[in-house]
Amino acid sequence: MRRPLSPVYSPTVQRLEGLAKLTGRERYVDDLPLEGFLWGATVRSPAPRGRITAIHFDPAIDWSQFTIVDSRDVPGPNTIALIESDQPVLASGYVRHVHEAIVLLAHPDRTALRRAAAAVQIDVAPEPAVTDFRVAPRPDQIQYGDDNVLKHLQISKGDVERALAAAPIVVEGVYETGAQEHVYLEPQGMIAALEGDVLVVRGSMQCPYYILKALRHALGRDEGRVRVIQTPTGGGFGGKEEYPSTIALHAALLTLKSGKPVKIVYDRGEDMAATTKRHPSLVRHRTGVTPDGRLLAQDIEVVMDGGAYVTLSPVVLSRGIIHAAGPYACDHVRIDGRAMFTNAVPFGAFRGFGAPQTHFANERHMDRVAARLGLDPAELRRRNLLRDEESTATGQVIRDGTDRRAVLEHALTLADYDNKRAAHARDNVSSAVTRRGIGIATFHHGAGFTGSGEVMLASRLDVAGLADGSIEIRSANIEMGQGTLTVFTALAAQRLGLDPAHVRIAEADTARVPNSGPTVASRTAMVVGRLVERACDDLRRRLDMDEATGDALRRALRDWHEKHPGAELVGQAKYEPPPGVVWDDVRYRGDAYGTFGWGAYVAEVEVDLRTYETRVIDFVAVQEVGTVLHEVLARGQVQGGVAQAIGWALLEDCRWKDGAMVNAQLTNYLIPTSDDLPRIRVAFLETPYAYGAQGAKGLGELPMDGPAPAIVNAVAAATGADPCVIPLTPERLMMISDFGMRIAASKGQDSTP
Amino acid sequence: MTGNSAIHNPQSTISITFTLNGSPISVEIDAADRLLDTLRYRLGLTGTKEGCGEGECGACTVYLDGLPVNSCLVPAYQVRGRRVETVESLPPARLDPLLTHGATQCGACTPGVAMTSCWIIDHPDLLATHSVRELLAGNLCRCTGYDGILDGISAAMQSRP
Repeated sequence: MRRPLSPVYSPTVQRLEGLAKLTGRERYVDDLPLEGFLWGATVRSPAPRGRITAIHFDPAIDWSQFTIVDSRDVPGPNTIALIESDQPVLASGYVRHVHEAIVLLAHPDRTALRRAAAAVQIDVAPEPAVTDFRVAPRPDQIQYGDDNVLKHLQISKGDVERALAAAPIVVEGVYETGAQEHVYLEPQGMIAALEGDVLVVRGSMQCPYYILKALRHALGRDEGRVRVIQTPTGGGFGGKEEYPSTIALHAALLTLKSGKPVKIVYDRGEDMAATTKRHPSLVRHRTGVTPDGRLLAQDIEVVMDGGAYVTLSPVVLSRGIIHAAGPYACDHVRIDGRAMFTNAVPFGAFRGFGAPQTHFANERHMDRVAARLGLDPAELRRRNLLRDEESTATGQVIRDGTDRRAVLEHALTLADYDNKRAAHARDNVSSAVTRRGIGIATFHHGAGFTGSGEVMLASRLDVAGLADGSIEIRSANIEMGQGTLTVFTALAAQRLGLDPAHVRIAEADTARVPNSGPTVASRTAMVVGRLVERACDDLRRRLDMDEATGDALRRALRDWHEKHPGAELVGQAKYEPPPGVVWDDVRYRGDAYGTFGWGAYVAEVEVDLRTYETRVIDFVAVQEVGTVLHEVLARGQVQGGVAQAIGWALLEDCRWKDGAMVNAQLTNYLIPTSDDLPRIRVAFLETPYAYGAQGAKGLGELPMDGPAPAIVNAVAAATGADPCVIPLTPERLMMISDFGMRIAASKGQDSTP
Repeated sequence: MTGNSAIHNPQSTISITFTLNGSPISVEIDAADRLLDTLRYRLGLTGTKEGCGEGECGACTVYLDGLPVNSCLVPAYQVRGRRVETVESLPPARLDPLLTHGATQCGACTPGVAMTSCWIIDHPDLLATHSVRELLAGNLCRCTGYDGILDGISAAMQSRP
């Protein structure tokens, strides 16, 4: 099934900007040379909800040296344009979460600025806040609609009530996942400056056109007077999807008021406390099943914590519920999803976008179903994985020619699953202090925007033929470590038979590149990469040389420019949906995605019975993602995603007070180090997808979906405990173990953490 | 640019001399400046990154008298008369095994990872008492899962004469 890689994609084509990064020459936003500028800082709400009654500026400071901005300085509507316009650029009289931005300051000296920011005191008359999304709000806590529900979505297939009533066995479960901080290693940052009449904003971002839209909206500037340029971005993972619009607006407001360039770079503490995180979730399952393990009905309720503004919660919820029933065939499915308003810092985009939460619940639940039936968890999945011509929860008929059972079997073989299960059963009895277990998860991830999303994005991309015989790809899709520059270059080089040295990629500058959409949703290589190929074809068509490659093409480009001095030769491509993809956005029925990636992950863990620490000692990640475009980059995506998900499963515990993170530092919010991880063993199965670049499907998010349930299933197998909440820290595991239960009983407490 | 501060503390500026990437250098600093800020903002050596500012992530790793340290935790005045080497001192050819094996993705942790990796490669005797995973644990990376870095270090160590 593994195809040999074509020469262009062999690992000898190195990451293009890799050496610049290794030698420290790559310049991120805080590395750019900048003269005569001011540093910007943000003064934030101390309270989760209430009316701002006073803002005190300490008279010991000479405020005439500072540029000071508040909501009255926002020239247009005081809202950050996204799905709903409910989030203010700067709070005006009222706050809805701790750390909400209220006042901006700028000053040439960063130390003086920090002292000044600490010397602004905000008084808030507190009102009743909502801090637990799982509990129904009291009337005095209602702040959105008449029930605090930011979004309610439902999926219905067949007749769940009747099927559950008739099912011989029904298994129930409740699962919870915590928030997760992105911890991109480069904190958020933006520089705003006026160049003539044009406001230019540069910074770390995934979506230049989102920021352009937000600037135009709140500043009331037309497109010709605003320009957004991405700087090399040190990690995003979704954290630089929507949030950078806020910092861009803040820097822009300070620049417009002071007339000077302004740089805002968050330190780690501010970044962790004030920016978005993965949505916490609670998922309830009720599953009807036959004694031999056929799924008869899945009744699923999904609740997510949206935080204090709508931001992207409706679409995170959407992707979450669409994946909630897993990659299984079941005739009767009902999924009810709600995203709840709380007075917390808004939760936002994070790799996987709602699907890791619902996959955790579903895959953990599958193991509980298997335990009830006395079946091997692998066998339960074998019996239910989708076959071609069967349909998902939304009624999407799968006919992609991939073999989902082969993905599972390959993973089981690589992990030596059967032998290890037997060995653990034998050895755990005799080990005094450790227990080992092995767990699996099978899952899927829809590639690209959900439903009609890609059609509505209407992405465009240009490939210019230049006078020196090289080409330039003009795209708004950015490099944040995942390999966009390398993959786009390789795709164009291969398409046109060019040496990669003759392919350039334009800076993602909204004044120069068309809107090829945001760099999110595992869409860049698959969807936008396909636009690169088609724009290359269009470039040749404009030369009347449909087949030209290599030197012939380079000669033709030079000749064209000699005949048309100063003119531009641009091949263009616009998104076209794959044929036959039909989605009903009202009834939530039909083809939710053009295609899915499929995964089967196996985790082996060792639990220390003295400390309740869980160590992942082996990890196998097998996935079917269409054609692998670059083996080193693709493997890196999987290993990095698995590592991030291991952190979410076991370590990364956001602690809250009044809807704000109190452990907002890397000293006590722990992400995995090299010493916390095993080697992550990666294998790909490749069935090319006809409508992705070179047959590629989306890859970046899939690896976030499988590890948490595989690990927690392994912990359950090792210990006999039944953990349903992550992160499964040692403290949580202890409290649900026999030992913890005894402590809880002696204190008369509920043992649930 | 940052920290210099005629405004908040005019008396605190001092001059220090130290050896930076093999050459002597004198620089005016604020007494409270971190070595990280001196390198980045006074001397323009922006290869050294700030990831956390509290010694957890290792993105700001430099060598002080030949030993890797977090430059965010070193007061600049303490390097007076000492030897500091930054990522800018690493010969690019040494980094090739890291590049080939996928040791860098977003690049924000990478200069620190490159410094620690080269230090491990230069001190193979450490492996008698420590694993590479343990030695690398002071450098957080959120992109790679570390396998690409470990493979790069391993390849570099095998190709050493």
